[in-house]
Amino acid sequence: MITVNHLTKVFEKHVVLKDISEHIAPGEKVVIIGPSGSGKSTFLRCLNLLEYPTSGQILFDGKDITAPHTDINEIRQHMGMVFQHFNLFQNLSIEENLTLAPVRLKLMTKQEAHEEAMRLLKRVGLPDKANAYPIQLSGGQKQRIAIARALMMKPKMMLFDEPTSALDPEMVGEVLEIMKEVADEGMTMAVVTHEMGFAREVATRVLFMDEGRIIEQGTPDEIFTNPKEERTKNFLSKVL
Amino acid sequence: MEKWFESLKLGFYQTFILDNNYQYFVKGIGVTLTVTIFALILGVALGVVLAIIRSAHDQQAGKHKNPVLGILNTLAKIYLTVIRGTPMMVQLLIMWFVVWASARSTDSNLIKCAILTFGLNSAAYVAEIIRSGIMSIDAGQMEAGRSLGLSYYATMKCIIIPQAFKNVLPALGNEMIALIKETSIVTVIGLKDLTKGAMIIQGKTFQAFVPFIAIAAIYLFMVMMLTWMMGKLERRMRASDHR
Repeated sequence: MITVNHLTKVFEKHVVLKDISEHIAPGEKVVIIGPSGSGKSTFLRCLNLLEYPTSGQILFDGKDITAPHTDINEIRQHMGMVFQHFNLFQNLSIEENLTLAPVRLKLMTKQEAHEEAMRLLKRVGLPDKANAYPIQLSGGQKQRIAIARALMMKPKMMLFDEPTSALDPEMVGEVLEIMKEVADEGMTMAVVTHEMGFAREVATRVLFMDEGRIIEQGTPDEIFTNPKEERTKNFLSKVL
Repeated sequence: MEKWFESLKLGFYQTFILDNNYQYFVKGIGVTLTVTIFALILGVALGVVLAIIRSAHDQQAGKHKNPVLGILNTLAKIYLTVIRGTPMMVQLLIMWFVVWASARSTDSNLIKCAILTFGLNSAAYVAEIIRSGIMSIDAGQMEAGRSLGLSYYATMKCIIIPQAFKNVLPALGNEMIALIKETSIVTVIGLKDLTKGAMIIQGKTFQAFVPFIAIAAIYLFMVMMLTWMMGKLERRMRASDHR
């Protein structure tokens, strides 16, 4: 689905990502863990070019998305993204949040988008919020809407950038529940998170990142019960 | 006291009734409003374009800087510097006596010149106001739009500008109030606006008190109307803020 070759990202003089090569196959649920400042969010944001790599190549469905003439807007339609701070469009109602992109990009008619929005709102358990505005919702509700908004585009892959980090503890569960459902339906996912329970349960593969590199990777079992690298052990001893 | 009252009565008579002088006020209000409204439309339209050019340039990510945007940004910056760095009245004098030097002094030419000058002037201020609004919007809003596959300009149009506009409405209102009042300097090119009307009456009747107090009241009334309308607009645009 997505292949990263020798990805490097430098901010000013600070090297955030150091020569990362990685492949994510269709259907995989890759969870990226690591201490803060390890570059995991930057790595994820490079995958849909919200951050532009300093060097290296990213192939999505065989297309080099870092090439100068690639239509990145077209590529991004197939990669949903969910943010730490939800980023719902403040000036639009919930239904408009969901329908704006598919209608504007002429993927659906207004009527189709309305029906799809209602279906997805029901699915994330918020069918009565269609006419509400983002500011009226709780954090957990906002994030569920954000997931629905990403799903509206029928993406081939979804990126989650610490989707539960900004939530009150009692709202984390409802968001993870939706993410699990999406995972169960076969969505390819890349998730940056601190929710080790989620990683253990849902991930098909866990990447541990530190100081801009992928230090270690494996199945959740391998990483959580039998980590090989000292740094991985050290990190896990602090968070588990 | 009675004497003063008598002279006030005479003042009123000479200012409004005599020779149908009230016509100067009526026509003057028309000219002032025409210049203000069209200058406002021009100013906001051009100002938004300038603001988008400036912020699009500043928000470019990655190593691929767009050269066209670079040139446009430089032009926009020069424009802002020159317009904001010279007096409005000087700009008006240059526009009429230098740029439009060959135009005949008809009312319609004068009005067009005034609209253009005030519009171009206002655009510079509106541009910076709108730009400050664009900068005040959380970067996540743009990222969310782009992550869905919307283009930079589509996201600007549907997400960023509406929110920015709402945030800068009070500042824009200020600019409009300033514009209404500033149009009074069109008298220097001989356009018969509200202020010029009062000056003509003063010249004819030697009355100063009534005509000038009258136009002061009229300007005040127009500004109050505008403030009221902006307040209404603001409340309507805040619809999405209600919890």
